[in-house]
Amino acid sequence: MELIVEKPGHDTTLIEADSIVIRFSGDSGDGMQLTGTQFTDTAAFLGNDLSTFPEFPAEIRAPIGTTAGVSGFQVHFGSKEIFTPGDEYDVLVAMNSAALKVDLARLKKGGIVIVNTAGFDKKNLGLAGYPDGANPLEDGTLDNYTVHKIDVTKFTKECLAGSGLGMKEIERSKNMFVLGLLFWMFDEPMDYTISFINEKFAKKQDIADANIKTLKAGWNFGDHTEIFTTRFRVAPAQLPKGTYRNISGNHATAIGLVAASELSGLPLFLGSYPITPASDVLHELSKYKTSNVKTLQAEDEIAAICAAIGASYAGGLGVTTTSGPGMSLKTEALGLATILEIPLIVINIQRGGPSTGLPTKTEQSDLLQAMYGRHGEGPLPIVAASSPADCFNTVLEAVRIAVEHMTPVIVLTDGYIANGSEPWRFPTKDQLSPINVTFATEPNGPDGTYLPYKRDEKLSRPWAKPGTKGLMHRIGGLEKQQDTGNVSYDAKNHEAMTKLRAAKIEKIADYIPLAKPDSGKETGKLAVLGWGSTSGAIKTAVRELMAEGYEVAHIHLHHLNPFPKNLGELLSAYDNVLIPEMNCGQLLALVRAKYLIPAIGLSKVQGLPFTTSELKKKILEILK
Amino acid sequence: MTNIAEQEAAPKLTAKDFASNQEVKWCPGCGDYSILKQVQTVFPDFGVPKENIVFISGIGCAARFTYYMDTYGMHSIHGRAAAIASGLKALNPDLSVWMVSGDGDAFSIGGNHFIHLMRKNFDLNYLVFNNEIYGLTKGQYSPTSGKGKVAKSTPYGSVEEPFNPSELALGAKSSFVARSLDRDPKHMQMVLKRANDHKGTSFVEIYQNCPVFNDGTFFAYSEKETKQEQSIYIEHGKPLIFGNGGNKGIKLDGTMPVIVNLNENGNSANDLWIHDEHDKTKAHIIAGFFDTPYNDVHFPRPFGVIYSEERSTYEQSMKEQIEELVARKGRPSLDKILSGDKTWTIL
Repeated sequence: MELIVEKPGHDTTLIEADSIVIRFSGDSGDGMQLTGTQFTDTAAFLGNDLSTFPEFPAEIRAPIGTTAGVSGFQVHFGSKEIFTPGDEYDVLVAMNSAALKVDLARLKKGGIVIVNTAGFDKKNLGLAGYPDGANPLEDGTLDNYTVHKIDVTKFTKECLAGSGLGMKEIERSKNMFVLGLLFWMFDEPMDYTISFINEKFAKKQDIADANIKTLKAGWNFGDHTEIFTTRFRVAPAQLPKGTYRNISGNHATAIGLVAASELSGLPLFLGSYPITPASDVLHELSKYKTSNVKTLQAEDEIAAICAAIGASYAGGLGVTTTSGPGMSLKTEALGLATILEIPLIVINIQRGGPSTGLPTKTEQSDLLQAMYGRHGEGPLPIVAASSPADCFNTVLEAVRIAVEHMTPVIVLTDGYIANGSEPWRFPTKDQLSPINVTFATEPNGPDGTYLPYKRDEKLSRPWAKPGTKGLMHRIGGLEKQQDTGNVSYDAKNHEAMTKLRAAKIEKIADYIPLAKPDSGKETGKLAVLGWGSTSGAIKTAVRELMAEGYEVAHIHLHHLNPFPKNLGELLSAYDNVLIPEMNCGQLLALVRAKYLIPAIGLSKVQGLPFTTSELKKKILEILK
Repeated sequence: MTNIAEQEAAPKLTAKDFASNQEVKWCPGCGDYSILKQVQTVFPDFGVPKENIVFISGIGCAARFTYYMDTYGMHSIHGRAAAIASGLKALNPDLSVWMVSGDGDAFSIGGNHFIHLMRKNFDLNYLVFNNEIYGLTKGQYSPTSGKGKVAKSTPYGSVEEPFNPSELALGAKSSFVARSLDRDPKHMQMVLKRANDHKGTSFVEIYQNCPVFNDGTFFAYSEKETKQEQSIYIEHGKPLIFGNGGNKGIKLDGTMPVIVNLNENGNSANDLWIHDEHDKTKAHIIAGFFDTPYNDVHFPRPFGVIYSEERSTYEQSMKEQIEELVARKGRPSLDKILSGDKTWTIL
């Protein structure tokens, strides 16, 4: 929806748009993530709703100029509610040939492409793999688009001539030129970025000045040259009243843990080993040492979870964060925590697998691992986050389950929402409910004895921390006698304990909310059942189809084990159930097995999130 | 935790107070019995309330130790005791933490955790019962088994070089390295006390006889006929003397140890190497009294505290860092953390 509102300055048209998708694309060293983040933060301050999708290669510095080294940042901002980073973009900024080659396919027909011509010389074209003599800027490839060819590199050099900076530093500023131009195009102020630059380079005034000068040069280039005939304005979104911040999933996960620690009164301990895309949670939590948080970068993934188990045994909130391959390494220790029945938070920020797979790309393929990936019978609760900000709520829910039911809990997020960001109307402390923790302080057995495996109405056992007088007891990985926790090899006891542990997890269903549609009615032609990061795309697709008159609904699962008690009943109220997943049908298998319904799967394992149009197409195909 | 007044008022505990109600199930004649007895004997002297003591063990015969102590304890998974104890101690530095492993648990499957535990230097005690064999899995060679060792999985003899645990610990920056053996209760009690007193990770290797799968491996160091020639008891500030009736000594020729006969050539105890347990270079040489001879000379196996060093513990450094940060920055409110620095309001 576009509306021409005015004709300002030189001969330009100002178009009011309700949402815009921009893709910043360049070499890994071109500063595209920073450019995108700055644009996003400014849009957020102006009150737009938004969703971002940073996408970068696994290599820190892949060969310059090649398609392997292309780093992209996509931002979707609007005056309406935004749930996805957008299927296609309205504007593509391509800093070199490789960026154009990789990202042109998803530019809308008729969209705007801004290219840095310096990235299209013979050398760059060759590095990007264009055949000798071919140049997409000249051969008609871009005929269906509005093309702005600008020698950004040259303008930046001219702008900073005489700045005293070396050529390398000057070239590094070229992203600021583009950012300034984009701010002009979208009628956004530069203030936020200027103060950011001043803060970031507080001790390097010459660099700060150079960046600000280049930023303004980009703005002025748009304003004074008559190349650009169109500007856009995206009005603030009608978001619910309140105070917002922009937040990524990993950041929300980290402060969710800090909040859980304060709400439960438990000191937080994170044992972690660096792994993409989970490391940011370790980085972030390491900053909160003044908030009763201890972090330990362990020697390996195994030590990381074991240290967290040790911390939980000591009466703390033990947490470990990782991604797929690390999750595999933690599996043995997770078995120990399962039989110990000790609170523990294990956060798997999923990425493409198996093995090293696609470290910087997203996938939801560890659900069955979370569900079944242990030796022996060892069911555990699983919760999953549906958006960047939802990582916060999900972590709080995980901690609540862990300490109230004395069990490890697996939290699933993924690379898409871990790195993506959205505006978050953050809560205040007094809006969050406390998390109840009770430590055993008195003997609970006959003759003043302590029974560490005596169960309560939740089938949960007491938590006595070392240092508590009179409650000395030993726990371990060997099977335990009921109540006493003493080692027992008794056949019947093992079966009873196995069933008790499973029943305890199943009983959590009594304490979690029932499933209900996020969008649509509780009955109809088709329900889309999703979990995790697919939420935004499903919500958008379902709402659009509802607006077109289709009887569709969206149900999103936050608890993957146990399922909400009414899930089977709810699903059976629809003629069709579609389960889209970024895997080969893992929730699909669970739902079919448990409820014996002929649910239909939609699988995508490309390291990329679903687009709205992919989902709509599949839904319409089923409804036909 | 129990306050000091309460501790003083409480009657002194006895060895029996540290025995749990669980039946001890090691094989008859196992060296582990002696170690359990010495631990239970010396613990009352430490004056630590039972509830503040935690045993963490991995997997193996030795690891069952945890079940036999009436303290807090966790019998965990193979090789991971060090990692679990690290988290426990980081969270609650006031606990007295003891770890028990066998040679396979500590040096094979847990080898990575072992070396990192040494350098991190948590204030805890690590007792490794070394019997140079896998007992619980019924007799395979271990990472401390000698080259040529014939065992279940090496019917033609092991082709591997064994670890020298003292050297391994020193190389990994251990702050306390000691060795004792099951058949010398008094010595073991002394070493346990030294380990308890040391602030930092105390690594104590205890030679332990496995009567079923590796009987007599250490008898050379414990039996009357050979003990005096084959072992040397080192003590801080005392000369290195061994042999029948203390007739031999060790002196240093540069960095080369030399055995001298004190009854010959006017050799005197005054010229001998005086053990300085704080000297790391010399600790390396003593730790090297192992299977590798110096200048083709076979040296006696050392027992006692080989090395000790006072340095900041992990939890102490962590505590100081946090205190310094709190003093400088204060504690942010949760509301401040939730809002971050940059917010906007929609009215």
